[in-house]
Amino acid sequence: MSPDAIDGVATVKSVMNAAEIARTTTRMSHELLELAGGAEDLIILGILTRGVPLAQRIARAVAETEGVDVATGELDITMYRDDLRSQPLRPVGRTVLPGSIDGKIVVLVDDVLFSGRTVQAALHALADLGRPAKILLVVLVDRGHRDVPIQAHIVGRHLPTASDERVRVSMTEFDELDQVTIESDASTL
Amino acid sequence: MKNLLGIEGMSLDDIRAVLATAEEMHEIQQRPVKKLPALRGRTVVNLFFEDSTRTRSSFELAAKWLSADAINVAAKGSSASKGESMRDTLMTLDSMGVDAIVMRHAGSGSVAQAAGWVRASMINAGDGTHEHPTQALLDAHAMLRHFRKNDLGDLEGKEVVIVGDLLHSRVVRSNALLLPQLGAHVTIVAPPTLMPPGVGTWNVAVSHDLDAVLPSADVVMMLRVQRERMLGGFFPSEREYTIRYGLTAARLAKLAPNAVIAHPGPLNRGLEISSAAADSIRSIVLDQVSAGVAVRMSVLYHLLAAEN
Repeated sequence: MSPDAIDGVATVKSVMNAAEIARTTTRMSHELLELAGGAEDLIILGILTRGVPLAQRIARAVAETEGVDVATGELDITMYRDDLRSQPLRPVGRTVLPGSIDGKIVVLVDDVLFSGRTVQAALHALADLGRPAKILLVVLVDRGHRDVPIQAHIVGRHLPTASDERVRVSMTEFDELDQVTIESDASTL
Repeated sequence: MKNLLGIEGMSLDDIRAVLATAEEMHEIQQRPVKKLPALRGRTVVNLFFEDSTRTRSSFELAAKWLSADAINVAAKGSSASKGESMRDTLMTLDSMGVDAIVMRHAGSGSVAQAAGWVRASMINAGDGTHEHPTQALLDAHAMLRHFRKNDLGDLEGKEVVIVGDLLHSRVVRSNALLLPQLGAHVTIVAPPTLMPPGVGTWNVAVSHDLDAVLPSADVVMMLRVQRERMLGGFFPSEREYTIRYGLTAARLAKLAPNAVIAHPGPLNRGLEISSAAADSIRSIVLDQVSAGVAVRMSVLYHLLAAEN
């Protein structure tokens, strides 16, 4: 993920507002139901950090549409990162599963799909946790620039970006408001 | 952090970070497949010049569950028994390219000395009567888990009574350094002959009367009477010791309703702790053991996961 340094940010462009995120989340939940053929056997897992509230929102939308409870959970991939050794020490987060994932349809949810390395790490993490019947990937934003051959099943918004731009997803569970912004450094202009 | 030589030398931030990660490591202990790739390709050597079961095996499990390669070197059966110096043994292992050496040795300060010789990270698994930092961290972790599970908060304001052979104990020293930093009030209890020199400078209260301090304790930590070191006439007889300082069934009944019993093991049943106490529902002795693996996973993660 991009560093949090705000220094040198020349432009911050809002690309999705709260209403758009809400509509997109609802649409993604419908696509998910269509793709999975219903809510049965679904486990919707948010990848820490921003994937978690997004997963909860999608699960709520699925539950409202189908009138059933949907199992949710949280997946921390810190110890599976391929850059664990080369970066400063990262705190370990918590993986919370609603039960066994064996034979289930696991829906991985993340806010931004970029290099694909986070999803790759998540797939390795899932392999140590069990054997799902199927794994689906849902992301709010696909910004391109993949390092590994990974694609999402369901994408909220395709955002063409330059590789040195930063896509920032804010969600009210952690931030002041719901929005998606693209930030670019002064030096790149 | 490069080395873990003692609680002394750890910042409060380090301590809190290690305890927080240990909490997450507990989740892995519950999994059917206990394997995480965080330390893949790292090598950890357990170098034990003194005997150990739980410390050595929990370090070994911790390393393996994090995918590090772990080997055990016991002084018995190694070149040390052929007269090789500690320094040569360490330099030999270091030259093999290991990443961490977990060391236990009878010499106080020996692990810190070793850290000056080798490139690998040194972890103190008990050095003489000096420190046993992972034991204190796992004690704190087991207590914190117990308090949280029972909605009793954290260590802030808790009364921890530590009883036993404090003179020969590295565990009490590490706990006396750690627990007050986390907000606990520590009272240490022992016969005058088994009080370590210099306790006046410790951030703890000192007592020789177990019955006086027992009712207000939230945690009673019984330390082993180290029979192998009891040749100096420190107390008249084992029976006398049990009567005055043992956690007998009668003393068990005097504990506060929420109080729990800890013991780092191995237990001398019938000497410092009765079976009634050791096996009671108040005992967190086995929780300490499982906390030991989680805490050692956390320590290895903090020392080895990222390049220093």
